[in-house]
Amino acid sequence: MIDKRVQSMAEAMAGIADGATVLIGGFGSVGQPNALLEGLIEQGARDLICVANNAGTGHTGLARLMELGRVRRMICTFPRSVGSVVFEELYRAGNIELEIVPQGTLAERMRAAGAGIPAFYTATAAGTQLARGKEVREIGGRTYVLEHALPGDVALVEAWRADRWGNLTFRSSGRNFNPVMAMAGRLTIVQSQHMAELGELDPEGIGTPGIFVDRVLHVPCGDPTG
Amino acid sequence: MQTLSRAAMAARVAQDIPEGWYVNLGIGIPTMVADHVGADREVIFHSENGVLGMGPAPPADQIDPWLINAGKQHVTLLRGGAYVHHADSFAMIRGGHLDLCVLGAFEVAENGDIANWATSENDTAPAVGGAMDLAAGAKRLWVVMEHTTKDGRSKLARRCSYPLTAVGAVKRVFTNMAVLDILADGFHVVEMAEGLTREALMAATDAALHF
Repeated sequence: MIDKRVQSMAEAMAGIADGATVLIGGFGSVGQPNALLEGLIEQGARDLICVANNAGTGHTGLARLMELGRVRRMICTFPRSVGSVVFEELYRAGNIELEIVPQGTLAERMRAAGAGIPAFYTATAAGTQLARGKEVREIGGRTYVLEHALPGDVALVEAWRADRWGNLTFRSSGRNFNPVMAMAGRLTIVQSQHMAELGELDPEGIGTPGIFVDRVLHVPCGDPTG
Repeated sequence: MQTLSRAAMAARVAQDIPEGWYVNLGIGIPTMVADHVGADREVIFHSENGVLGMGPAPPADQIDPWLINAGKQHVTLLRGGAYVHHADSFAMIRGGHLDLCVLGAFEVAENGDIANWATSENDTAPAVGGAMDLAAGAKRLWVVMEHTTKDGRSKLARRCSYPLTAVGAVKRVFTNMAVLDILADGFHVVEMAEGLTREALMAATDAALHF
């Protein structure tokens, strides 16, 4: 019997190695796998490359992981937001590397990784400083920039409902980066607000099918705050 | 001379959006544009974080904590709206499916270049978000912004001095002084604020104007 459910955070976090690239779902405070980030803090892996839209807020979750000196490099679109104090201080002091990626390019780099596409051309960022050093090519009279797929050793995802096969549903704008991160992770770990019996989730409404998911932990953490 | 308020600028942009368009609005004055599209027109608003058919902010007692826009404010979903993930949301943007994107800007140049994400090459923690995708991907890009900076410098320029968001992307600019189209030969004044003279507009603008 396939059963991707795990019973403890320790089990969920098992095997995450130092130096891992960790893809983190969420946008703003919605759809953030905060419990898994706390679990990763506890688990101890360091020298991490973290990929997320934002660079953490306050002193919990991703911000706490950075504050503890466990993140070597941040790949994100918008590190500067209300409460991103930890990142900004580390960045100013030169204690964290930053790779800024346009949001659509970031999403597409993970989608490509999940779909077996090693690189792709996009018009986004052509002629800007974010295209510096990258291969450009003219196709049909327009300039495009070559961007590479961004697979993760680990993906941390928050779902609304999950079953034992790892099928996931999401709640309204909590979907955001989560399905994209899920498909690009070699080890995709999910925290789910609710658990469902197999067959209970409407097949038409599954946002991420279980083939992209390795572990599911039931974390009824409630509504996003902030 | 009477220059336009932020709300009046937003209303002026809204006036040019026809029924049936799919539209993404940036942060600031662009966000206010939605409030000025009357109920007589169906215009579908898109938000980068996977909301298509976004409605206005809910009353305080009806907030859904799971439903935010790209500016991380609470919003609503209209009847007929849809949620998608980030790759699909940006496929709508990058695949040329949006009829219009309206952004704010630090500078717009007469060749259509836009600078709206960083004020220097070595910004503290630069943050780009979806601006480059929107500027390069939407069918048309309009900018709504003050005509000059707080200290009176023209935001319409011959060439942008700040790091670019996209090259040659802007089609129309709405400021508190004028509406201008960008054509192959530069800025063309479509209309001016009431009581404003051509001379006054030219004096406030660091680029050639065609009338």
